Amino acid sequence: MARLLQELVESFRIAFGQIRANALRSVLTALGVIIGIVAVTLMGTAINGIDIGFNRSLAMLGEDVLYVQRWPWRRVDDWWNYVNRPPLEVETAERLNRVIEATPGSLLEVAVPVATRGTSVRAGELRLGGVMLFGTTGDYARIVTTDVAEGRMFNDIEASVGRPVCVLGSAVAENLFPGRSALDQQVQIRGERYTVIGVLAKQGEFLGLFSFDNQIVAPLNTVRRQTGVRANLDLRVKVRDKARLAEAEEELIGAMRRVRGQLPGERDNFSVNQQQAFKEQLDPVKAGIALAGLFITGLSLFVGAIGIMNITFVSVKERTKEIGTRKALGARRRTILLQFLIEAVSICLIGGLVGLGVTLAASLVLAALLPALPIAFSPGLMAVSVLVSILTGVVSGFAPAWGASRLDPVVALRYE
Amino acid sequence: MSAPAAPARRSARVPGDLVIRIEGVTKLYRMGTETIHALRGVNLEIRRNEYLAIMGPSGSGKSTLMNMLGCLDTPSAGRYDFNGKDVARMVDDELAEIRNREIGFVFQTFNLLPRSDALHNVELPLIYAGLRPAVRRERALGALRNVGLADRIHHKPNEMSGGQRQRVAIARALVNHPSILLADEPTGNLDSRTGEEIMALFEDLYEQGHTIIVVTHEEDIARHARRVVRLRDGLIESDGPIL
Repeated sequence: MARLLQELVESFRIAFGQIRANALRSVLTALGVIIGIVAVTLMGTAINGIDIGFNRSLAMLGEDVLYVQRWPWRRVDDWWNYVNRPPLEVETAERLNRVIEATPGSLLEVAVPVATRGTSVRAGELRLGGVMLFGTTGDYARIVTTDVAEGRMFNDIEASVGRPVCVLGSAVAENLFPGRSALDQQVQIRGERYTVIGVLAKQGEFLGLFSFDNQIVAPLNTVRRQTGVRANLDLRVKVRDKARLAEAEEELIGAMRRVRGQLPGERDNFSVNQQQAFKEQLDPVKAGIALAGLFITGLSLFVGAIGIMNITFVSVKERTKEIGTRKALGARRRTILLQFLIEAVSICLIGGLVGLGVTLAASLVLAALLPALPIAFSPGLMAVSVLVSILTGVVSGFAPAWGASRLDPVVALRYE
Repeated sequence: MSAPAAPARRSARVPGDLVIRIEGVTKLYRMGTETIHALRGVNLEIRRNEYLAIMGPSGSGKSTLMNMLGCLDTPSAGRYDFNGKDVARMVDDELAEIRNREIGFVFQTFNLLPRSDALHNVELPLIYAGLRPAVRRERALGALRNVGLADRIHHKPNEMSGGQRQRVAIARALVNHPSILLADEPTGNLDSRTGEEIMALFEDLYEQGHTIIVVTHEEDIARHARRVVRLRDGLIESDGPIL
């Protein structure tokens, strides 16, 4: 044991002496590893970032909210089974809420009807298109993940009498009332005037598809009365304990079947959706991107590893006589093997650490330049890349080091 | 005793226990389709505190015998006992152990590590023996003092003369208190005056009780020994004291 320790210390000493003595060569070799590690860690950072952005988007849907809708959030091949489902009505929500209240220990808190439609909105000269208008009840505040940044949400009374008030998404407020407060201002939606009573906090984009900040929330009764068109209505049901989401979903399905008066054995004539459905659909895509990305960047690390192997072979060749001398003085196979392995690993480790520094700097710069880009440089990634560097050194240094350790001392000593 | 002296006036110490016993050793090399008999059956006994020269023209099997004696190589057939241990059938790492503890090598080309100073070069066998740094340093310093290089411990090989380098190599060979000192043409790369100095150092070491085997093709060098083994065509041609 003591001997191994002394040999290790000696090996590190030789390795660093060797790297110093062949500075240029070592730097060039390490460069391959640096590039490899930078590529892999940048890719890892990007994948991490995508993951975080994705989860952030999903969280906007509400982790504890179930959506009762006519269509499921997945591709359906049997559209004919869905197309004739009865629409969801405000009454459906009311009856569902009564069922929830009548159920002791219900996992569900409240069901809120939400009508959704695209619209445009005007304020004075400014006109904004492509805005999502949500018509809902006073309970909406209980199910959304956003805070009201300014003002307030409308209350039950305002909702039920259908007063012309609305709450703007942050982007809508900024665009219609640049540089000033939107509170108490008037906006026109489909020709009707609404008074702005609140502005939502900034939420960001959902998977880069659309912005949650581009919305207007108004009382459902107001929207219905004024637009006169039956909007696409769905129910959002808040769950008391998001850890028991699956159970809550079961309960909700049961409750909905009661509301709909469905017979046993009959297929559900509604769908219960949740963010999990998105996750399940997108996870394989995400995994595919991650795998392909890591494979491609892994190739550059592979090239770096070949460089290390090459230089270790050269190093062994150059120092054949020294290996012979060391063997004559009592170095065992293990000693020689360790010596060259440690040399290869040292170069890789230096390369890996430099590469990690470059990645860290690059991600800091990127984060500063593009704040919207979710970039995540995690400690786990650091640990992994250090491990990968060591592994690269071991794998690529092994063949030459093994060869060196097996050299016949007589042949090695005679080598010129 | 350090001055080169006439053979007649030299002391001959009484040899001690048997260190090396070689019996019927042969060594074959295959070179393509040809088989070369480097050694064809060699018998040799070397006792503690002998001073032996091995001579022979090139191709005589001299180098092969030296590699065998130094446990760098094993015989194709025959028996080789080193301090009573059969080393003929040992594997690599066991041989490394014997080389580390029992044999001190001195090479024609010194074979010092170019980037290490004298002290570290001498410490090397002790590292492989697993000794602690403090002990290593102490013993390496002692060995360097013994060869008269106490003031050169931090010099690197390229900062020293050939004679000094060979002294460092000798210090390195002796630092782990080996049973034999095995020198291969130790003066081959030195001018004759420096060569004489090295041979004088060997004489000293012999007087101190070391067992020395010098492989050489120079009669002048062989004359310093007390016994000469001459090889020819893989066989021992003569073995006897220097007259």
